[in-house]
Amino acid sequence: MTDEARQSIETARRKVTGKTKAPLWAVLFESLVRGITGAVILVLFFLMGTILVRGGGQITPEFLLQAPRDGMTAGGIFPAIMGTFFVVLFMIVMALPLGVFGAVYMVEYSKGGIMSRIIRAAVNNLAGVPSIVFGLFGLGFFVLFVGRNLDHHIYGVPRTAEEVQAVQAEMAPLQAEAREEAINLADERGITDPAELDAFVEAYVEEQTPPVPRTVFGQGAMFWAAATLAILVLPFIIVATEEALRAVPPSTREAAYGLGATRWQVISTVVLPQAKPGILTGAILAVARGAGELAPILFVGVTFFTPGLPLTEPVNFGLFSVPVVNPFEEFMHLNYHIYTMATQHHDPIGTRGIQFGTTLVLVALTFVMNLMAIVLRRRYSKKS
Amino acid sequence: MSVLPKQAVKAPSPPPARPAPPGHYLEVKNLSVHYGETQALFEVSFGTEKNTVLALIGPSGCGKSTLIKAVNRILELTPGARIDGDVLIEDESIFGQKVDLISLRQRVGMVFQRPNPFPKSIYDNVAYGLRIHGVKDRSTVDDVVEWALKHSALWDEVKDRLRTSALELSGGQQQRLCIARALAVQPDVLLMDEPCSALDPIATGKIEELIMSLKQDYTILVVTHNMQQAARVSDHTALMWLGKLIEHNRTEEVFTNPKEKITEDYITGRSG
Ligand SMILES: Nc1ncnc2c1ncn2[C@@H]1O[C@H](COP(=O)(O)OP(=O)(O)OP(=O)(O)O)[C@@H](O)[C@H]1O
Ligand SMILES: [Mg+2]
Repeated sequence: MTDEARQSIETARRKVTGKTKAPLWAVLFESLVRGITGAVILVLFFLMGTILVRGGGQITPEFLLQAPRDGMTAGGIFPAIMGTFFVVLFMIVMALPLGVFGAVYMVEYSKGGIMSRIIRAAVNNLAGVPSIVFGLFGLGFFVLFVGRNLDHHIYGVPRTAEEVQAVQAEMAPLQAEAREEAINLADERGITDPAELDAFVEAYVEEQTPPVPRTVFGQGAMFWAAATLAILVLPFIIVATEEALRAVPPSTREAAYGLGATRWQVISTVVLPQAKPGILTGAILAVARGAGELAPILFVGVTFFTPGLPLTEPVNFGLFSVPVVNPFEEFMHLNYHIYTMATQHHDPIGTRGIQFGTTLVLVALTFVMNLMAIVLRRRYSKKS
Repeated sequence: MSVLPKQAVKAPSPPPARPAPPGHYLEVKNLSVHYGETQALFEVSFGTEKNTVLALIGPSGCGKSTLIKAVNRILELTPGARIDGDVLIEDESIFGQKVDLISLRQRVGMVFQRPNPFPKSIYDNVAYGLRIHGVKDRSTVDDVVEWALKHSALWDEVKDRLRTSALELSGGQQQRLCIARALAVQPDVLLMDEPCSALDPIATGKIEELIMSLKQDYTILVVTHNMQQAARVSDHTALMWLGKLIEHNRTEEVFTNPKEKITEDYITGRSG
């Protein structure tokens, strides 16, 4: 180093260390940042404190384990807790494999190819869509299109006015025939009272003609709600998985390829296990996000009140038979419960307690899931 | 593929089943490699015989790793790498239409310059190659793992903790683990990229012994920066310089009577 260079470094150093007082703008800026941070923390404390204090008193075994009763002014929120739990469970069961496969395809198969560019564009755009639009999509696509068509093709439920007419036209002669039989039968049995006769004929016709097909899939249901939420969280899972896959060093892949592994073996035995903590973190954050959303499921199956969790007939598992959750029924949800209690109930003031209790349960649920994500990430970063 | 250690199978060495093929056992023909726009190898050609050790020497960045990565086609995983020319093993091009990449890489094992163990247990690392090739039998896998770890001079240090993570090993231990992992697949050709760069003299000595003993069963290409090592373990030595093969000859010749000025300067430490 030349003496000149040494000299200039020395002066520069003195300039920096010699200054003890920060300029005015720095002081102002710093206090502004401190002030805003303090305000944000204060708001958070106030929010959490209110929920804790006013909701905490509500949390009793009865509140957690019973259905609402007395016109939703008493009882608990059990169906809503279970509804939230199961809709999110179904959501992640649908979204996780799809998202992971999508990301694996993008990172491992179609590197920069046309397909991966299409997926990326879709992911970027999906992430920016307002959540109520997902709700409308869920209603239009899953319930009205997929659900109604399933009903039509499996159970013969009519979809359009023409199909309704066709069904009616088909039923009409059968009904007329049954009606005639019923009148003859009534004659034989000596039923003469007009009211009695009417009731008899109705019942007979109902019994003798094929039943009018009922909607099974073409209505709001937990399954469709879960599918709608799955689409909402898909971008998060894809992005998280992508990052986790890209974080696997090329040298590890080379090692596996170098031993003669096929691409699928490299992915399944080396890349995915190494990316697992990152994928799981993404999945848990997606679950937390999915549990916190109301708009996407608003038209797709949540309902004001069910006496319990919708269940099927007992299913035989060989050793025992128990009823399982029926995903093709409407369900209660914590978010919707808060919303209806606060805005649709005849006594929103009297049910404040229930509202706070429900909010606390929801916040606690989300908090626990975020905590899990943080713990997983910790373990992940410690390993590598 | 035989799953038993070759040592165990080859007790009395059988007479050669077929006459030696007309060309070299492994032959590199006019091999050029580009990374995007920059050329890393220029028309490299040489051949090497079965059951010999060829040492590749040359200054850093001259293309040694690039060359041996081309021989098991691992180079194709590097984005932007382009290979021209040909590599023949027993007169068959490894780039041919009918060549199965999986069996090629099973046949041509590689130890990388930087240790790259899987984040799995020591045992699972060594067993990996067998498992992906469908060997499930527990005792066979156990035997091969022990055999491979013994031959890579690691067994005594890890025999009591085979189930712990390979990432807890030291750098030099990881390097020997990677050697064991490559041996366990029972390749015919073994490519070793500076296998001793992170090892102490004792472990280096063991690996050198290993290379010399493996010669009976394998054909070995070893990259090294250590002239003494090249002189000790190899039958032939090739000197590379800026992507070109400068000199290739019997090791004694190269070290005692180099033909090229560059070689002489390099091995005497006057350049590179
Ligand atoms: N992935 C890559 N992308 C671009 N250039 C590369 C890549 N890998 C290697 N190169 C270049 O190719 C040339 C040869 O590299 P190579 O790794 O084969 O050298 P080497 O002889 O193994 O060196 P060393 O002894 O330091 O390991 C170098 O100039 C290097 O910069
Ligand atoms: Mg190298």
